[in-house]
Amino acid sequence: MGGYGDVQMIDENGVRVDGRGPGDLRPVSIETGVIPVADGSARVIWGTNHAVAAVYGPMECHPRKIQRQDRAVLDVRYNMAPFSTPDRMRPGFNRRSREISKVTADALESVVLLEMYPRCKIRVEIEILCAEAGTRCVGLTAASVALAHAGIPMTDMVVSVASGKINGVVVCDLNKEEDNYGEADLPMGILPNSGELVFLQLDGDLSPAEFQEAWDYNMEAAMVVHQIMVDALKGGDA
Amino acid sequence: MKGGRVARPDNMSVSNDAGGPRNQGRASLLVAPGEDLGESEGHEAGHGVLEMDGRLRATKHGRVNDNGTEIAIEPLRTAYIPRPSDLVIGYVEGCTNNIWFIDIGAPFNAILPMSLGPGKAAFGGTRSLMDIGEAVLCRVQEVEETHSSVVTMKGMGLRKIRSGNIEQVDPHLLGRLIGKGGKALRQLKEDTDCRIIVADNGRVWIDGEFDGIVAVRDQLNAMSDDAKSTGVDA
Repeated sequence: MGGYGDVQMIDENGVRVDGRGPGDLRPVSIETGVIPVADGSARVIWGTNHAVAAVYGPMECHPRKIQRQDRAVLDVRYNMAPFSTPDRMRPGFNRRSREISKVTADALESVVLLEMYPRCKIRVEIEILCAEAGTRCVGLTAASVALAHAGIPMTDMVVSVASGKINGVVVCDLNKEEDNYGEADLPMGILPNSGELVFLQLDGDLSPAEFQEAWDYNMEAAMVVHQIMVDALKGGDA
Repeated sequence: MKGGRVARPDNMSVSNDAGGPRNQGRASLLVAPGEDLGESEGHEAGHGVLEMDGRLRATKHGRVNDNGTEIAIEPLRTAYIPRPSDLVIGYVEGCTNNIWFIDIGAPFNAILPMSLGPGKAAFGGTRSLMDIGEAVLCRVQEVEETHSSVVTMKGMGLRKIRSGNIEQVDPHLLGRLIGKGGKALRQLKEDTDCRIIVADNGRVWIDGEFDGIVAVRDQLNAMSDDAKSTGVDA
């Protein structure tokens, strides 16, 4: 959170810098089968964010030391392309991508039926091609569509959305400016069919009432995005 | 849904079919993982379906198959998981003094012990019988809970493949390739004058005249492309 409290990002009518209302999502579109050689793949375009996820497996688990005798392991790699941001991202793993890979794997592990594939590995690769706030949400959403597309059994698909606070107002789906100069950011991973939560992070401060409001925005937005995910899967490959 | 969709209170409703989508009376409905398939009472959960809190839930992306007693999902894409008695085409990936390791397109290589191999060889003579890279037609003998499997070449028609071509199709498309009672496959064999063996792991052995092999290949590719582009018609 940048903490530039004097940056005006929402007017008295509740219109935000990009013309959305407080509860509006950026436009979301999802395609499946964008990587023909992968077992499953998906592209999510969410506002200006572009994420591609590819799933390979289940396959034999290498290195052997991470293999589990009773279930599969999820090997998630989140990566931002060097050209995804205006100031070049240094290629390779960094602290941030390692963290996001881990929280994404943790969120997906709670839905994928890993015990059906003992000793296997399921490789999930998430590549962010264009970044504009909320890439961890876009990446997680793309990964769960790609897993479903690969035919991996899972109890539900994870939908991830972030809400936050700008100029004291709680708003849904922060964009770049709101993320940088806003006061709080609350990304959540939601299972739309049961309403359960598998992932939550909070950056900044929210009062209990504001937290509830952001929570409700996320829950509502997750249902919308879930419908787009389901439509993408049912509509066939790109 | 391609783009342009924005969340507003008026379009953020969630449909809630209490009886589940199967009650709409549509045959072979396409579902996504997590989708509710109605109450579990009177129905058994088949492949790709889980019972959770008295309700059935899809765990795979595919078509719903309801035969009255059991609800199952026929997945649109799936990895090959070996089952005992499957006929498979494998490639020799490696060998030790008395064991071949066979790639059967599953997550793990299968083992082929010399005792189940194609002929007699002295200890250490595995490579003289079947070398790395060669294709074999074999049958899955045993699958352990941890997915390790044993294949055998003792049986009718199981042999090393010396001629022809091997093509790969997604295992879930085999039903379409073979057709009802083998009708489509018989037709394909007649039309192209080729010998064709369809293995359960999605590998298809084709032998015959050059033009025939090309014709079969074209047909297989067209089938795969068609299934991928529509998705809904696999």
